[in-house]
Amino acid sequence: MLKRLGYPSLEQVKSCFPQQDVLLKPKAIIECYEAIPCNPCETSCPVHAITIGQDINHRPQLDVDRCTGCGMCIHSCPGLAICVVSLKQDQAIFKIPYEFLPLPHVSDVWHGVNRAGEVIAPVKILEVRSTPIQDHTHIVTVAIDQQYLYDFITIRSPHE
Amino acid sequence: MNQREVIIIGSGPAGLSAAGILLRAGAHVAMFERSPLIGGQLIKQTHKFFGSQKQYAKTRGYDIAKKLYRDIEAYQDHFELHLEATVVAIYPDRVISVYRQGVYQKYQAQAIIIATGASERLLSFPNNDLPGIYGAGAVQTLMNLYGVLPGKNAVMVGSGNIGLIVSYQMMQAGVNVKAVLEAAPNIGGYKVHASKLRRLGVPIMTQTTVKRAIGMTAIEAIETIRLDEKWQPIEDTETTIPIDTLCISVGLTPMHQLLSMAGAEMRYISELGGCVPHMSSAHETSIRNIFACGDVTGIEEASSAIVEGQFIGLIVSERLGYALEGYHLLKHECTTELGILRCGPFGEKIRLGQQKLKGGSSCSND
Ligand SMILES: Cc1cc2nc3c(=O)[nH]c(=O)nc-3n(C[C@H](O)[C@H](O)[C@H](O)COP(=O)(O)OP(=O)(O)OC[C@H]3O[C@@H](n4cnc5c(N)ncnc54)[C@H](O)[C@@H]3O)c2cc1C
Ligand code: SF4
Ligand code: SF4
Repeated sequence: MLKRLGYPSLEQVKSCFPQQDVLLKPKAIIECYEAIPCNPCETSCPVHAITIGQDINHRPQLDVDRCTGCGMCIHSCPGLAICVVSLKQDQAIFKIPYEFLPLPHVSDVWHGVNRAGEVIAPVKILEVRSTPIQDHTHIVTVAIDQQYLYDFITIRSPHE
Repeated sequence: MNQREVIIIGSGPAGLSAAGILLRAGAHVAMFERSPLIGGQLIKQTHKFFGSQKQYAKTRGYDIAKKLYRDIEAYQDHFELHLEATVVAIYPDRVISVYRQGVYQKYQAQAIIIATGASERLLSFPNNDLPGIYGAGAVQTLMNLYGVLPGKNAVMVGSGNIGLIVSYQMMQAGVNVKAVLEAAPNIGGYKVHASKLRRLGVPIMTQTTVKRAIGMTAIEAIETIRLDEKWQPIEDTETTIPIDTLCISVGLTPMHQLLSMAGAEMRYISELGGCVPHMSSAHETSIRNIFACGDVTGIEEASSAIVEGQFIGLIVSERLGYALEGYHLLKHECTTELGILRCGPFGEKIRLGQQKLKGGSSCSND
Protein backbone atom coordinates (compact mmCIF):
# COMPACT_ATOMS: atom_id res chain seq x y z
CA MET A 1 0.00 0.00 0.00
CA LEU A 2 2.72 2.43 1.06
CA LYS A 3 4.83 1.35 -1.91
CA ARG A 4 2.04 1.78 -4.44
CA LEU A 5 -0.10 4.57 -3.04
CA GLY A 6 2.33 6.54 -0.92
CA TYR A 7 0.52 6.23 2.39
CA PRO A 8 0.64 3.57 5.08
CA SER A 9 -2.10 1.17 6.20
CA LEU A 10 -3.94 1.79 9.47
CA GLU A 11 -1.99 -1.10 10.97
CA GLN A 12 1.31 0.51 10.06
CA VAL A 13 0.17 3.82 11.50
CA LYS A 14 -0.89 2.19 14.77
CA SER A 15 2.49 0.47 15.07
CA CYS A 16 4.05 3.95 15.45
CA PHE A 17 1.86 4.93 18.39
CA PRO A 18 2.43 3.99 22.04
CA GLN A 19 -0.41 2.93 24.37
CA GLN A 20 -2.97 5.70 24.71
CA ASP A 21 -2.28 6.27 28.44
CA VAL A 22 1.33 7.15 27.54
CA LEU A 23 -0.05 9.98 25.40
CA LEU A 24 -1.34 11.85 28.42
CA LYS A 25 2.05 13.50 28.02
CA PRO A 26 3.17 14.70 24.58
CA LYS A 27 5.26 12.15 22.66
CA ALA A 28 6.92 12.04 19.25
CA ILE A 29 5.24 9.81 16.66
CA ILE A 30 7.79 8.82 14.02
CA GLU A 31 6.43 7.51 10.74
CA CYS A 32 9.57 6.45 8.95
CA TYR A 33 8.79 3.01 7.56
CA GLU A 34 11.72 2.49 5.27
CA ALA A 35 15.47 1.96 5.65
CA ILE A 36 16.86 5.16 4.10
CA PRO A 37 20.25 6.82 4.66
CA CYS A 38 19.09 9.62 6.95
CA ASN A 39 19.59 10.62 10.58
CA PRO A 40 18.81 14.26 11.51
CA CYS A 41 16.01 13.13 13.86
CA GLU A 42 18.56 11.25 15.95
CA THR A 43 21.14 14.03 16.04
CA SER A 44 18.59 16.76 16.80
CA CYS A 45 16.99 15.18 19.88
CA PRO A 46 18.33 16.94 22.98
CA VAL A 47 17.62 13.97 25.27
CA HIS A 48 18.79 11.20 22.89
CA ALA A 49 15.38 9.58 22.76
CA ILE A 50 15.83 8.60 19.08
CA THR A 51 18.37 5.98 18.06
CA ILE A 52 19.49 5.15 14.53
CA GLY A 53 23.12 4.27 15.14
CA GLN A 54 26.33 4.16 13.12
CA ASP A 55 24.60 2.71 10.08
CA ILE A 56 22.33 5.60 9.21
CA ASN A 57 20.19 3.30 7.05
CA HIS A 58 18.59 1.85 10.17
CA ARG A 59 15.08 2.99 11.00
CA PRO A 60 14.75 5.40 13.92
CA GLN A 61 13.76 3.84 17.25
CA LEU A 62 12.04 6.00 19.85
CA ASP A 63 12.54 5.58 23.57
CA VAL A 64 9.08 6.79 24.59
CA ASP A 65 9.99 7.17 28.25
CA ARG A 66 12.82 9.53 27.44
CA CYS A 67 10.89 11.65 24.93
CA THR A 68 9.80 14.94 26.48
CA GLY A 69 7.65 15.95 23.53
CA CYS A 70 9.81 19.05 22.96
CA GLY A 71 9.29 18.92 19.19
CA MET A 72 12.90 19.54 18.08
CA CYS A 73 12.75 16.49 15.83
CA ILE A 74 9.62 17.76 14.02
CA HIS A 75 11.35 20.44 11.97
CA SER A 76 14.63 18.52 11.76
CA CYS A 77 13.09 15.68 9.78
CA PRO A 78 13.44 16.36 6.04
CA GLY A 79 10.74 13.76 5.39
CA LEU A 80 8.21 15.66 7.55
CA ALA A 81 7.56 12.26 9.08
CA ILE A 82 7.37 13.26 12.75
CA CYS A 83 4.67 14.92 14.81
CA VAL A 84 4.15 15.22 18.56
CA VAL A 85 0.85 13.97 19.95
CA SER A 86 -0.92 14.10 23.30
CA LEU A 87 -4.44 13.42 24.53
CA LYS A 88 -6.45 15.91 26.52
CA GLN A 89 -10.00 14.94 27.51
CA ASP A 90 -11.77 14.04 24.26
CA GLN A 91 -9.25 15.92 22.09
CA ALA A 92 -6.04 14.84 20.44
CA ILE A 93 -3.45 17.60 20.37
CA PHE A 94 -1.05 17.40 17.41
CA LYS A 95 2.07 19.44 16.75
CA ILE A 96 2.69 19.09 13.02
CA PRO A 97 5.25 20.43 10.55
CA TYR A 98 3.77 22.81 7.97
CA GLU A 99 5.54 24.36 4.96
CA PHE A 100 2.78 26.20 3.09
CA LEU A 101 1.53 29.75 2.91
CA PRO A 102 -0.64 31.37 4.10
CA LEU A 103 -0.16 30.18 7.68
CA PRO A 104 -3.19 29.67 9.88
CA HIS A 105 -3.91 32.02 12.81
CA VAL A 106 -4.51 30.97 16.39
CA SER A 107 -8.17 29.99 17.01
CA ASP A 108 -8.91 29.62 13.27
CA VAL A 109 -10.80 26.48 12.34
CA TRP A 110 -9.14 24.63 9.45
CA HIS A 111 -9.73 21.32 7.68
CA GLY A 112 -8.14 18.27 9.25
CA VAL A 113 -6.75 15.99 6.53
CA ASN A 114 -5.85 12.27 6.52
CA ARG A 115 -2.87 10.51 4.96
CA ALA A 116 -4.66 10.07 1.64
CA GLY A 117 -5.24 13.81 1.46
CA GLU A 118 -8.97 13.71 2.29
CA VAL A 119 -10.66 16.21 4.60
CA ILE A 120 -11.88 14.32 7.69
CA ALA A 121 -12.88 16.80 10.42
CA PRO A 122 -12.46 20.39 11.55
CA VAL A 123 -9.40 21.25 13.65
CA LYS A 124 -8.83 24.20 15.91
CA ILE A 125 -5.50 26.01 15.61
CA LEU A 126 -3.92 26.43 19.05
CA GLU A 127 -0.45 27.73 18.21
CA VAL A 128 1.74 28.60 15.22
CA ARG A 129 5.47 28.54 15.94
CA SER A 130 8.13 29.82 13.49
CA THR A 131 11.46 30.33 15.24
CA PRO A 132 14.67 30.80 13.21
CA ILE A 133 16.02 27.39 14.23
CA GLN A 134 13.02 25.78 12.49
CA ASP A 135 14.32 27.19 9.21
CA HIS A 136 10.91 27.81 7.61
CA THR A 137 9.31 24.57 8.73
CA HIS A 138 6.48 26.01 10.81
CA ILE A 139 5.07 24.00 13.69
CA VAL A 140 1.32 24.22 14.06
CA THR A 141 -0.44 22.91 17.17
CA VAL A 142 -4.03 21.81 16.57
CA ALA A 143 -6.82 20.10 18.48
CA ILE A 144 -9.01 17.48 16.82
CA ASP A 145 -11.60 15.02 18.10
CA GLN A 146 -9.80 12.03 19.64
CA GLN A 147 -11.53 9.56 17.35
CA TYR A 148 -9.27 10.80 14.55
CA LEU A 149 -6.07 9.99 16.46
CA TYR A 150 -4.86 7.50 13.82
CA ASP A 151 -6.31 9.34 10.81
CA PHE A 152 -5.27 12.96 11.14
CA ILE A 153 -1.94 14.00 9.59
CA THR A 154 -2.12 17.58 8.29
CA ILE A 155 -4.23 20.69 7.86
CA ARG A 156 -5.63 22.52 4.85
CA SER A 157 -6.99 26.01 4.53
CA PRO A 158 -10.80 26.15 4.35
CA HIS A 159 -10.49 29.04 1.89
CA GLU A 160 -8.88 27.04 -0.93
CA MET B 1 48.97 28.95 -22.36
CA ASN B 2 47.72 29.69 -18.84
CA GLN B 3 49.26 27.33 -16.29
CA ARG B 4 47.40 26.36 -13.13
CA GLU B 5 48.10 23.93 -10.34
CA VAL B 6 44.68 22.27 -10.00
CA ILE B 7 41.64 22.83 -12.19
CA ILE B 8 38.19 21.81 -10.98
CA ILE B 9 35.38 21.68 -13.54
CA GLY B 10 31.96 22.15 -11.94
CA SER B 11 30.98 23.94 -8.70
CA GLY B 12 28.43 21.44 -7.35
CA PRO B 13 28.87 19.79 -3.95
CA ALA B 14 31.58 17.47 -5.36
CA GLY B 15 33.70 20.25 -6.88
CA LEU B 16 33.27 22.59 -3.91
CA SER B 17 34.23 19.91 -1.39
CA ALA B 18 37.32 18.93 -3.38
CA ALA B 19 38.31 22.60 -3.53
CA GLY B 20 37.78 22.99 0.23
CA ILE B 21 40.30 20.24 1.05
CA LEU B 22 42.84 21.29 -1.60
CA LEU B 23 42.83 24.89 -0.45
CA ARG B 24 43.18 23.85 3.16
CA ALA B 25 46.19 21.76 2.16
CA GLY B 26 47.78 24.79 0.49
CA ALA B 27 47.20 24.08 -3.20
CA HIS B 28 46.16 26.68 -5.78
CA VAL B 29 42.79 25.95 -7.32
CA ALA B 30 41.06 27.33 -10.41
CA MET B 31 37.37 26.45 -10.69
CA PHE B 32 35.29 26.70 -13.87
CA GLU B 33 31.50 26.78 -13.72
CA ARG B 34 29.26 27.27 -16.74
CA SER B 35 26.38 28.71 -14.71
CA PRO B 36 26.32 32.28 -13.33
CA LEU B 37 25.85 30.81 -9.83
CA ILE B 38 27.96 28.57 -7.69
CA GLY B 39 26.59 25.33 -6.17
CA GLY B 40 25.42 23.06 -9.00
CA GLN B 41 22.14 21.28 -8.25
CA LEU B 42 22.14 22.62 -4.70
CA ILE B 43 21.11 26.17 -5.53
CA LYS B 44 17.75 24.97 -6.88
CA GLN B 45 16.92 22.84 -3.86
CA THR B 46 14.62 24.61 -1.43
CA HIS B 47 13.85 21.48 0.60
CA LYS B 48 15.71 20.20 3.63
CA PHE B 49 18.15 17.49 2.57
CA PHE B 50 17.95 13.97 3.85
CA GLY B 51 21.21 12.21 4.55
CA SER B 52 23.72 12.21 7.36
CA GLN B 53 23.94 15.20 9.63
CA LYS B 54 27.71 15.16 8.90
CA GLN B 55 26.97 16.11 5.29
CA TYR B 56 24.57 18.88 6.25
CA ALA B 57 21.33 16.87 6.25
CA LYS B 58 18.27 18.85 7.42
CA THR B 59 19.82 21.94 5.83
CA ARG B 60 18.07 23.35 2.77
CA GLY B 61 20.02 22.74 -0.45
CA TYR B 62 20.81 26.39 -1.23
CA ASP B 63 22.15 26.82 2.30
CA ILE B 64 24.42 23.79 1.87
CA ALA B 65 25.95 25.52 -1.17
CA LYS B 66 26.56 28.62 0.94
CA LYS B 67 28.18 26.58 3.70
CA LEU B 68 30.48 24.75 1.28
CA TYR B 69 31.44 28.03 -0.32
CA ARG B 70 32.16 29.62 3.05
CA ASP B 71 34.85 26.95 3.62
CA ILE B 72 36.56 28.18 0.46
CA GLU B 73 36.16 31.93 0.78
CA ALA B 74 38.87 32.16 3.43
CA TYR B 75 41.47 31.17 0.82
CA GLN B 76 40.84 33.94 -1.71
CA ASP B 77 44.52 34.33 -2.62
CA HIS B 78 44.76 30.62 -3.57
CA PHE B 79 41.42 30.40 -5.29
CA GLU B 80 40.30 31.55 -8.69
CA LEU B 81 36.63 31.27 -9.63
CA HIS B 82 35.40 31.56 -13.21
CA LEU B 83 31.62 31.75 -13.52
CA GLU B 84 29.72 31.54 -16.83
CA ALA B 85 32.82 29.75 -18.05
CA THR B 86 32.07 26.51 -19.91
CA VAL B 87 34.80 23.98 -20.45
CA VAL B 88 34.21 22.96 -24.04
CA ALA B 89 37.23 20.78 -24.68
CA ILE B 90 39.82 18.77 -22.80
CA TYR B 91 42.95 16.96 -23.95
CA PRO B 92 44.92 14.09 -22.41
CA ASP B 93 47.85 16.40 -21.59
CA ARG B 94 45.54 18.16 -19.11
CA VAL B 95 44.76 21.10 -21.32
CA ILE B 96 41.25 22.54 -21.31
CA SER B 97 39.57 25.07 -23.54
CA VAL B 98 37.17 27.44 -21.81
CA TYR B 99 34.43 29.45 -23.52
CA ARG B 100 33.46 32.64 -21.74
CA GLN B 101 31.57 35.64 -23.13
CA GLY B 102 32.59 35.01 -26.71
CA VAL B 103 36.22 34.24 -25.92
CA TYR B 104 38.05 30.91 -25.87
CA GLN B 105 40.99 30.45 -23.53
CA LYS B 106 43.32 27.55 -22.88
CA TYR B 107 44.56 26.40 -19.50
CA GLN B 108 46.87 23.60 -18.48
CA ALA B 109 46.99 22.12 -14.99
CA GLN B 110 49.02 19.56 -13.07
CA ALA B 111 45.80 17.86 -12.07
CA ILE B 112 42.21 18.17 -13.27
CA ILE B 113 39.13 17.18 -11.31
CA ILE B 114 36.00 16.66 -13.38
CA ALA B 115 32.85 17.23 -11.31
CA THR B 116 30.34 18.09 -14.03
CA GLY B 117 27.38 16.31 -12.44
CA ALA B 118 24.52 14.90 -14.49
CA SER B 119 21.97 15.82 -17.11
CA GLU B 120 18.31 14.86 -17.30
CA ARG B 121 16.96 12.00 -19.34
CA LEU B 122 14.13 12.67 -21.70
CA LEU B 123 11.09 10.63 -22.57
CA SER B 124 9.85 10.08 -26.10
CA PHE B 125 6.13 10.22 -26.83
CA PRO B 126 4.10 11.96 -29.54
CA ASN B 127 4.13 15.78 -29.22
CA ASN B 128 6.80 15.79 -26.52
CA ASP B 129 8.15 19.02 -28.03
CA LEU B 130 5.07 21.12 -27.20
CA PRO B 131 5.69 24.22 -25.11
CA GLY B 132 4.75 23.54 -21.47
CA ILE B 133 6.67 20.26 -21.33
CA TYR B 134 9.71 20.63 -19.07
CA GLY B 135 12.37 18.61 -17.38
CA ALA B 136 12.19 18.75 -13.58
CA GLY B 137 15.43 20.77 -13.52
CA ALA B 138 13.94 23.47 -15.73
CA VAL B 139 10.86 23.74 -13.51
CA GLN B 140 13.12 24.12 -10.49
CA THR B 141 15.21 26.77 -12.21
CA LEU B 142 12.09 28.74 -13.16
CA MET B 143 10.44 28.54 -9.74
CA ASN B 144 13.29 28.47 -7.28
CA LEU B 145 15.89 30.64 -9.00
CA TYR B 146 13.76 33.13 -10.90
CA GLY B 147 10.43 33.03 -9.06
CA VAL B 148 8.45 32.21 -12.20
CA LEU B 149 5.52 29.75 -12.09
CA PRO B 150 5.77 27.12 -14.84
CA GLY B 151 1.96 26.92 -15.09
CA LYS B 152 -1.24 26.37 -13.14
CA ASN B 153 -2.06 22.68 -13.56
CA ALA B 154 0.65 20.09 -13.85
CA VAL B 155 1.37 16.39 -14.08
CA MET B 156 4.71 14.90 -13.06
CA VAL B 157 6.12 11.88 -14.86
CA GLY B 158 8.38 9.85 -12.57
CA SER B 159 8.12 9.08 -8.85
CA GLY B 160 11.80 8.98 -7.95
CA ASN B 161 12.97 11.34 -5.23
CA ILE B 162 13.40 14.19 -7.70
CA GLY B 163 9.89 13.75 -9.14
CA LEU B 164 8.38 13.63 -5.64
CA ILE B 165 10.37 16.58 -4.30
CA VAL B 166 9.79 18.81 -7.31
CA SER B 167 6.05 17.98 -7.18
CA TYR B 168 6.01 19.07 -3.54
CA GLN B 169 7.88 22.27 -4.44
CA MET B 170 5.34 22.97 -7.21
CA MET B 171 2.49 22.60 -4.72
CA GLN B 172 4.31 24.99 -2.36
CA ALA B 173 4.63 27.49 -5.18
CA GLY B 174 0.91 27.24 -5.91
CA VAL B 175 0.91 24.95 -8.94
CA ASN B 176 -1.86 22.35 -8.76
CA VAL B 177 -0.14 18.99 -9.30
CA LYS B 178 -2.92 16.74 -10.57
CA ALA B 179 -0.99 13.48 -10.49
CA VAL B 180 2.40 11.83 -10.43
CA LEU B 181 2.74 9.04 -13.00
CA GLU B 182 5.05 6.07 -12.48
CA ALA B 183 5.56 3.27 -14.99
CA ALA B 184 6.92 0.81 -12.43
CA PRO B 185 4.62 -1.11 -10.03
CA ASN B 186 6.07 0.73 -7.02
CA ILE B 187 6.96 4.31 -6.12
CA GLY B 188 10.64 4.91 -6.88
CA GLY B 189 11.63 7.48 -4.27
CA TYR B 190 11.64 7.50 -0.49
CA LYS B 191 8.19 6.85 0.97
CA VAL B 192 8.50 9.78 3.36
CA HIS B 193 8.62 12.07 0.31
CA ALA B 194 5.69 10.22 -1.28
CA SER B 195 3.62 10.54 1.92
CA LYS B 196 4.37 14.26 2.11
CA LEU B 197 2.82 14.66 -1.32
CA ARG B 198 0.01 12.20 -0.90
CA ARG B 199 -1.36 14.02 2.17
CA LEU B 200 -1.70 17.12 -0.02
CA GLY B 201 -4.14 15.11 -2.10
CA VAL B 202 -1.80 14.39 -5.02
CA PRO B 203 -2.45 10.89 -6.38
CA ILE B 204 0.57 8.79 -7.34
CA MET B 205 -0.45 6.54 -10.21
CA THR B 206 1.84 3.52 -10.51
CA GLN B 207 1.96 1.33 -13.65
CA THR B 208 0.86 4.35 -15.63
CA THR B 209 2.67 6.41 -18.24
CA VAL B 210 2.07 9.23 -20.67
CA LYS B 211 0.86 8.03 -24.06
CA ARG B 212 0.84 11.37 -25.84
CA ALA B 213 0.61 15.08 -25.30
CA ILE B 214 -2.34 16.95 -26.77
CA GLY B 215 -2.31 20.58 -27.95
CA MET B 216 -1.79 22.84 -30.94
CA THR B 217 0.57 25.64 -29.90
CA ALA B 218 1.13 24.51 -26.31
CA ILE B 219 0.25 21.52 -24.18
CA GLU B 220 -3.46 21.39 -23.29
CA ALA B 221 -3.80 17.84 -21.98
CA ILE B 222 -2.09 14.49 -21.77
CA GLU B 223 -3.37 11.05 -22.44
CA THR B 224 -2.19 8.50 -19.89
CA ILE B 225 -2.24 4.74 -20.25
CA ARG B 226 -1.90 1.87 -17.76
CA LEU B 227 0.94 -0.64 -18.10
CA ASP B 228 1.01 -4.34 -17.24
CA GLU B 229 3.76 -6.13 -15.29
CA LYS B 230 5.88 -6.32 -18.43
CA TRP B 231 5.56 -2.58 -18.96
CA GLN B 232 3.27 -3.14 -21.96
CA PRO B 233 0.36 -0.71 -22.48
CA ILE B 234 -3.06 -2.12 -21.59
CA GLU B 235 -5.62 -1.32 -24.26
CA ASP B 236 -8.63 0.88 -23.44
CA THR B 237 -7.12 2.25 -20.24
CA GLU B 238 -6.44 5.71 -21.65
CA THR B 239 -7.44 8.75 -19.57
CA THR B 240 -7.17 12.39 -20.55
CA ILE B 241 -5.96 14.94 -18.00
CA PRO B 242 -6.21 18.64 -18.95
CA ILE B 243 -3.00 20.45 -17.92
CA ASP B 244 -0.76 23.31 -19.00
CA THR B 245 2.47 21.88 -17.59
CA LEU B 246 4.03 18.46 -17.94
CA CYS B 247 7.14 17.87 -15.90
CA ILE B 248 9.43 14.96 -16.78
CA SER B 249 11.64 13.38 -14.16
CA VAL B 250 12.69 9.98 -15.37
CA GLY B 251 16.26 9.94 -14.17
CA LEU B 252 19.64 11.49 -14.67
CA THR B 253 22.64 10.45 -16.68
CA PRO B 254 26.28 11.38 -15.96
CA MET B 255 27.70 14.34 -17.94
CA HIS B 256 30.50 12.19 -19.28
CA GLN B 257 31.32 14.20 -22.42
CA LEU B 258 34.52 15.81 -21.16
CA LEU B 259 35.80 12.50 -19.82
CA SER B 260 35.06 10.78 -23.10
CA MET B 261 36.70 13.62 -25.00
CA ALA B 262 39.85 13.35 -22.90
CA GLY B 263 40.04 9.71 -23.95
CA ALA B 264 39.44 8.27 -20.49
CA GLU B 265 38.36 4.64 -20.48
CA MET B 266 34.56 4.68 -20.17
CA ARG B 267 31.99 2.00 -19.51
CA TYR B 268 28.23 1.91 -19.78
CA ILE B 269 26.78 0.86 -16.42
CA SER B 270 23.01 1.19 -16.27
CA GLU B 271 22.97 1.08 -12.44
CA LEU B 272 25.16 4.20 -12.37
CA GLY B 273 22.99 6.01 -14.90
CA GLY B 274 24.98 5.62 -18.13
CA CYS B 275 28.53 6.22 -19.34
CA VAL B 276 30.98 6.48 -16.44
CA PRO B 277 34.77 6.54 -16.21
CA HIS B 278 36.65 3.49 -15.13
CA MET B 279 38.65 4.64 -12.12
CA SER B 280 41.31 3.47 -9.72
CA SER B 281 40.48 3.24 -6.03
CA ALA B 282 41.88 6.80 -5.84
CA HIS B 283 39.17 7.99 -8.26
CA GLU B 284 41.82 8.60 -10.92
CA THR B 285 40.61 7.96 -14.46
CA SER B 286 42.67 5.93 -16.90
CA ILE B 287 44.49 9.18 -17.71
CA ARG B 288 47.07 10.08 -15.10
CA ASN B 289 46.19 13.15 -13.02
CA ILE B 290 42.66 13.43 -14.37
CA PHE B 291 40.20 12.62 -11.60
CA ALA B 292 36.40 12.53 -11.40
CA CYS B 293 33.90 12.74 -8.56
CA GLY B 294 30.20 13.25 -7.83
CA ASP B 295 27.27 12.43 -10.10
CA VAL B 296 29.54 12.30 -13.19
CA THR B 297 30.92 9.01 -11.84
CA GLY B 298 27.44 7.58 -11.14
CA ILE B 299 24.12 9.14 -10.13
CA GLU B 300 23.91 9.39 -6.38
CA GLU B 301 23.30 12.02 -3.72
CA ALA B 302 24.79 15.29 -2.59
CA SER B 303 25.92 13.55 0.59
CA SER B 304 28.10 11.09 -1.34
CA ALA B 305 29.22 13.81 -3.77
CA ILE B 306 30.54 15.82 -0.81
CA VAL B 307 32.49 12.91 0.63
CA GLU B 308 33.86 11.87 -2.78
CA GLY B 309 34.96 15.46 -3.37
CA GLN B 310 36.76 15.54 -0.03
CA PHE B 311 38.38 12.20 -0.80
CA ILE B 312 39.70 13.38 -4.16
CA GLY B 313 40.82 16.63 -2.61
CA LEU B 314 42.98 14.57 -0.26
CA ILE B 315 44.37 12.33 -3.01
CA VAL B 316 45.25 15.23 -5.29
CA SER B 317 46.77 17.32 -2.51
CA GLU B 318 49.07 14.44 -1.62
CA ARG B 319 49.94 13.84 -5.27
CA LEU B 320 51.03 17.46 -5.54
CA GLY B 321 53.14 17.24 -2.41
CA TYR B 322 50.85 18.95 0.08
CA ALA B 323 50.33 16.64 3.00
CA LEU B 324 47.35 17.74 5.01
CA GLU B 325 47.65 17.03 8.72
CA GLY B 326 45.85 13.83 9.60
CA TYR B 327 45.81 12.80 5.91
CA HIS B 328 45.49 9.05 6.49
CA LEU B 329 42.81 9.41 9.11
CA LEU B 330 40.79 11.80 6.94
CA LYS B 331 41.07 9.47 3.97
CA HIS B 332 39.96 6.55 6.08
CA GLU B 333 37.02 8.57 7.36
CA CYS B 334 35.87 9.36 3.82
CA THR B 335 35.99 5.70 2.81
CA THR B 336 34.05 4.65 5.90
CA GLU B 337 31.50 7.41 5.38
CA LEU B 338 30.90 6.42 1.75
CA GLY B 339 30.49 2.79 2.81
CA ILE B 340 27.84 3.80 5.34
CA LEU B 341 25.95 6.01 2.89
CA ARG B 342 25.78 3.18 0.38
CA CYS B 343 25.11 0.21 2.63
CA GLY B 344 21.30 0.42 2.86
CA PRO B 345 18.70 -0.99 0.46
CA PHE B 346 18.69 2.27 -1.52
CA GLY B 347 22.47 1.95 -2.00
CA GLU B 348 22.11 -1.44 -3.65
CA LYS B 349 22.08 -0.08 -7.19
CA ILE B 350 25.26 1.91 -6.56
CA ARG B 351 27.01 -1.07 -4.97
CA LEU B 352 26.06 -3.28 -7.90
CA GLY B 353 27.11 -0.64 -10.43
CA GLN B 354 30.46 -0.13 -8.78
CA GLN B 355 31.11 -3.86 -8.74
CA LYS B 356 30.34 -4.04 -12.44
CA LEU B 357 32.60 -1.08 -13.07
CA LYS B 358 35.50 -2.76 -11.28
CA GLY B 359 34.96 -6.27 -12.55
CA GLY B 360 36.08 -7.56 -15.91
CA SER B 361 38.03 -4.54 -16.96
CA SER B 362 41.46 -4.45 -18.48
CA CYS B 363 42.30 -1.26 -16.63
CA SER B 364 44.83 -1.73 -13.84
CA ASN B 365 44.17 -0.37 -10.37
CA ASP B 366 47.02 1.39 -8.67
C1 LIG C 1 15.22 17.78 -7.04
C2 LIG C 1 16.47 17.19 -6.44
C3 LIG C 1 16.48 16.88 -5.07
C4 LIG C 1 17.62 16.36 -4.47
N1 LIG C 1 17.59 16.08 -3.12
C5 LIG C 1 18.70 15.59 -2.50
C6 LIG C 1 18.71 15.35 -1.09
O1 LIG C 1 17.71 15.62 -0.39
N2 LIG C 1 19.83 14.85 -0.52
C7 LIG C 1 20.94 14.57 -1.25
O2 LIG C 1 21.95 14.13 -0.68
N3 LIG C 1 20.97 14.78 -2.61
C8 LIG C 1 19.87 15.28 -3.25
N4 LIG C 1 19.88 15.52 -4.61
C9 LIG C 1 21.06 15.09 -5.40
C10 LIG C 1 22.17 16.10 -5.44
O3 LIG C 1 21.69 17.39 -5.72
C11 LIG C 1 23.20 15.68 -6.49
O4 LIG C 1 23.53 14.33 -6.31
C12 LIG C 1 24.46 16.50 -6.36
O5 LIG C 1 24.20 17.86 -6.60
C13 LIG C 1 25.58 16.03 -7.30
O6 LIG C 1 26.70 16.85 -7.12
P1 LIG C 1 27.79 17.09 -8.23
O7 LIG C 1 28.74 18.09 -7.63
O8 LIG C 1 28.32 15.80 -8.67
O9 LIG C 1 27.04 17.71 -9.49
P2 LIG C 1 26.12 19.00 -9.71
O10 LIG C 1 25.53 19.48 -8.46
O11 LIG C 1 25.22 18.64 -10.82
O12 LIG C 1 27.16 20.10 -10.21
C14 LIG C 1 27.82 20.02 -11.45
C15 LIG C 1 28.22 21.40 -11.89
O13 LIG C 1 29.07 21.32 -13.01
C16 LIG C 1 28.76 22.35 -13.93
N5 LIG C 1 29.24 21.96 -15.27
C17 LIG C 1 28.83 20.89 -16.00
N6 LIG C 1 29.51 20.83 -17.17
C18 LIG C 1 30.35 21.88 -17.18
C19 LIG C 1 31.32 22.36 -18.13
N7 LIG C 1 31.55 21.73 -19.27
N8 LIG C 1 32.01 23.48 -17.83
C20 LIG C 1 31.80 24.14 -16.63
N9 LIG C 1 30.90 23.72 -15.72
C21 LIG C 1 30.19 22.60 -15.97
C22 LIG C 1 27.26 22.46 -13.83
O14 LIG C 1 26.80 23.71 -14.28
C23 LIG C 1 27.04 22.25 -12.33
O15 LIG C 1 27.04 23.48 -11.63
C24 LIG C 1 18.77 16.09 -5.25
C25 LIG C 1 18.77 16.40 -6.62
C26 LIG C 1 17.65 16.96 -7.22
C27 LIG C 1 17.68 17.31 -8.68
S1 SF4 D 1 9.98 15.36 20.78
FE1 SF4 D 1 11.91 16.13 21.63
S2 SF4 D 1 12.46 14.61 23.15
FE2 SF4 D 1 10.90 13.66 21.88
S3 SF4 D 1 12.06 12.54 20.32
FE3 SF4 D 1 11.59 14.56 19.46
S4 SF4 D 1 13.37 15.80 19.94
FE4 SF4 D 1 13.48 14.01 21.25
S1 SF4 E 1 14.96 12.47 9.96
FE1 SF4 E 1 12.89 11.84 9.33
S2 SF4 E 1 13.19 10.83 7.34
FE2 SF4 E 1 15.20 10.97 8.32
S3 SF4 E 1 15.43 9.00 9.40
FE3 SF4 E 1 14.57 10.47 10.88
S4 SF4 E 1 12.37 10.17 10.72
FE4 SF4 E 1 13.25 9.23 8.91
